[in-house]
Amino acid sequence: MTKNISVDTTKEAKKTPDKAQPWKELGLKQEEYDRIKVILGRRPTSAELAMYSVMWSEHCSYKSSKIYLRQFGEKVTPEMRKNLMVGMGENAGVVDIGEGWAVTFKVESHNHPSYIEPFQGAATGVGGIVRDILTMGARPIAVMDQLRFGAVDHPDTARVVNGVVSGISFYGNCLGLPNIGGETVFDKVYQGNPLVNALSVGALRHEDLKLAKATNPGDLVILFGARTGADGIGGVSVLASETFDSEGPSRRPAVQVGDPFAEKVLIECSLELYAAQVVAGIQDLGGAGLSCATSELASNGNAGMKVQLKNVLLRDESLTPEEILMSESQERMMAIVPKKDLKAFTDIVNKHEVEFSVMGEVIKEPRLYIMWGDEEIVNVPPRTVAHDGPVYERPVAYPSWIDSLKANSASTLPRETSEEALKSQINQVVSSPNQASKSWITDQYDHYVGGNTALAMPDDSGMVRVSEETGLGVAIATDANGKYCQLDPYTGTQLALAESYRNVAASGASPMAVTNCLNFGSPENPEVMWQFKEATAGLADGCLELGIPVTGGNVSFYNQTGDVAIYPTPVVGVLGVIDDVARRIPSGWQDEGNNIYLLGITRDELDGSAWAETIHDHLGGKPPVVDLKQEKALAELMHGANLQGLIASAHDLSEGGLVQAIIESSLRFGVGARIWLNEILERDNVDLTAALFSESQARMLISVGREDDVKFVGLCEARGIPVLRIGVTDSTKELIIQDVAGWTIEELAREHEGTIPELFG
Amino acid sequence: MRIGVVTFPGTLDDRDAQRAVRLAGATPVSLWHAEKDLHDVDAVILPGGFSFGDYLRCGAIAAQALVMETIIDAAYGGLPVLGICNGFQILVEANLLPGGLIRNEHQHFICRDQKLIVENVDTAWTNQFTLGQEITIPLKNGEGGYIAKEETLKKLEGEGLIAFRYSEVNPNGSFNNIAGLRNSKGNVVGLMPHPEHAVEPGFGPDTDKAMRSGVDGLNFFTSVLNWMVKA
Repeated sequence: MTKNISVDTTKEAKKTPDKAQPWKELGLKQEEYDRIKVILGRRPTSAELAMYSVMWSEHCSYKSSKIYLRQFGEKVTPEMRKNLMVGMGENAGVVDIGEGWAVTFKVESHNHPSYIEPFQGAATGVGGIVRDILTMGARPIAVMDQLRFGAVDHPDTARVVNGVVSGISFYGNCLGLPNIGGETVFDKVYQGNPLVNALSVGALRHEDLKLAKATNPGDLVILFGARTGADGIGGVSVLASETFDSEGPSRRPAVQVGDPFAEKVLIECSLELYAAQVVAGIQDLGGAGLSCATSELASNGNAGMKVQLKNVLLRDESLTPEEILMSESQERMMAIVPKKDLKAFTDIVNKHEVEFSVMGEVIKEPRLYIMWGDEEIVNVPPRTVAHDGPVYERPVAYPSWIDSLKANSASTLPRETSEEALKSQINQVVSSPNQASKSWITDQYDHYVGGNTALAMPDDSGMVRVSEETGLGVAIATDANGKYCQLDPYTGTQLALAESYRNVAASGASPMAVTNCLNFGSPENPEVMWQFKEATAGLADGCLELGIPVTGGNVSFYNQTGDVAIYPTPVVGVLGVIDDVARRIPSGWQDEGNNIYLLGITRDELDGSAWAETIHDHLGGKPPVVDLKQEKALAELMHGANLQGLIASAHDLSEGGLVQAIIESSLRFGVGARIWLNEILERDNVDLTAALFSESQARMLISVGREDDVKFVGLCEARGIPVLRIGVTDSTKELIIQDVAGWTIEELAREHEGTIPELFG
Repeated sequence: MRIGVVTFPGTLDDRDAQRAVRLAGATPVSLWHAEKDLHDVDAVILPGGFSFGDYLRCGAIAAQALVMETIIDAAYGGLPVLGICNGFQILVEANLLPGGLIRNEHQHFICRDQKLIVENVDTAWTNQFTLGQEITIPLKNGEGGYIAKEETLKKLEGEGLIAFRYSEVNPNGSFNNIAGLRNSKGNVVGLMPHPEHAVEPGFGPDTDKAMRSGVDGLNFFTSVLNWMVKA
């Protein structure tokens, strides 16, 4: 197939200043188009227009969020910066974890593509985040995913769930990266806009750190990996930055198609290139493709670049220069290679049978020239494309509906007191889609590959060993609670931070750094912008109080169907470090005869709870109170007690409350227990419903061997952590909560594990 | 002793297999698919993964790789060869073991701690087990359903060529619960589950005693050392 390509050149642009251009269709606003003309002193060529339109899209430029994201860099102490090797703004943040090792981690959204084409959307979401990690010079060592789907009984949900889960399974498993955890939530607000967030973590030696920079004039600009095709063209500007209308999706060709095999080969090839020290700078090609890679590399290095677009290897020879610049074909990387290293570079990529082409050279003048044969089609200052995009301070408005929502507390909902009714409510909560076991999903992911997985689902956090010599490792947990954030985005976001932090502490690791993926509705809606403002302030303030820095993140706006936005869903990921993964703490009871302790105070906090949702279909009131000081004390206690080997198991309390934690602790290894709640009722002055289901924060369920009892309780008291013995594990294979309910382990397993396979299996 | 671990493009568990070899007390030697030279190894492991992206059929392209020409010849000559998961698929595609492996009958990739019964201990890779022993090692695959013609199954059953059977749960619809096979000499063994993921306390399957403490896979690698000492 041949297509007559008419090329718009810079020469042509000067000659025809008034030519009509499709800036609107490409997602630009009038004032943005006018600004491009001011920057260039002429109208842009169609290729330049394509570049600016993708790079100035919300997804790439963070134009609506930038002014709020700044506080993650401002609300920090020198102490918090101490271990930060690379902060926000690079492909992913890098944290020093000691012994010469560093880790890099980040979570990113692939929401809109995953609704249109769930399988490929989710698959390429994994691929994209893994390349971000690889780009830092790290070997990717694990992935996690944070998923939010529509209502389980909606006819479209199964399509999205099955597609997304198989997409992640297909891509992640083929890459050889263990999937060590994540979240799955169902709620009707995500029906027309599911959230598919993917996290990856990588490890590197300090000296192997790579940056996306083109600094030295004369170095070669090399594109390697898969060929460039028509997939994902305009994916960024058209997909990620516009709202789905209620008619539903029709933009299938804009979703990228992934080939995990090509990515696996690319990973091994890149790591070999790094080891051979032939790469001076590196950037992956993701959103905005070549437009992004060329302009960012040049801008980061305060240099320029002259490249020949006809040298790009194509899958489809009919692509226009604009399409080549915008293509989001997967599994591609751009390397900056000193001329003297070209031979070594070539040998390595040839060994891996990876295709490459030399596109051009780095130049001193900070200008990006792109040629199409003999014609100049791009001539721009790279900084204006990559970094000096528009910044908006969008209007903010306190939501009109929020006061009445807050006034509608769950505390007035009817409560049961009879044993029979309480048992039925417990069964309903732990078997509800959001509280039920997600093993049907996680069993489709390889969590063994690599041989370094120390903890994975269903444990509180995922943990992988980084150093085989010393056992040094990292733990990661992520959390978001859209319901809490709908009630109060500031508090809700801090609750997500608190839970991830607590999860990491429960596994025996020390929390160290934070990443995030902020999923919100349209920034053009002032009420959404208010939610965003509150959420980011909550996160920045919370991180400051906990003393752990935000190392990077991602913003996903326009998550809505028609005018209806999703609940604000800021996913917060916390990374912790543990000096020997052999000391990790299991999340469930393993031995009989251990004492079970509840740490922390239970308040009557049922607003936004799993109980309110499942039993009463209710959402209203105020989310649980955040106490970060107490969370910190709890984490320090865990660290100290674990160093002394006092803790047999630990499970954090969160959605579903105490009873959820008890049941999960029992089912983890099939160990029974006898539990009593009367002392909680007395000490905390709460009723049975609150004792079982309240979602009060800063609480954990701990089991301790009898011989360590005195020491453990002493440690809690010394640190001011409220501690109460509430039960003992036994060999009965039964779970008995005195005066409330009893189950055989088998019966419990049926309740907790049956729901999801029944719905989607 | 030197045990080669082959890396094809798309191989995933090669570093895990090398670790298992080390933990068993031997020296792992990395072998590259595009080289015929086996570097004087005493045995070869074809590890798991998605060699060549599973394109065409799982293992079909890898079975044609240059390194396989040498390995196939050496296997007929008695060189111990263990194929794990994708490695098992490669052995089947290379006609070193009979039958075929197809998509799991439930259509999903599955990762689980799998119980197996050791059906044959007269091989290079199973001689440290006891006959009928129940072991637990991880299983993780999308195309692990073992199929064969009626007459092949009869021969396998009749001649004691089944090395492992799934116990309690048949995770993928395999005929006769077959999890792994041996050849008649006993030097070649292939199986779908992953012994290399159950060799190190803390990183294996859960056991009744402790989380992730299962090391039932280690015997595969000590078996081959024992076999070579005897040979």
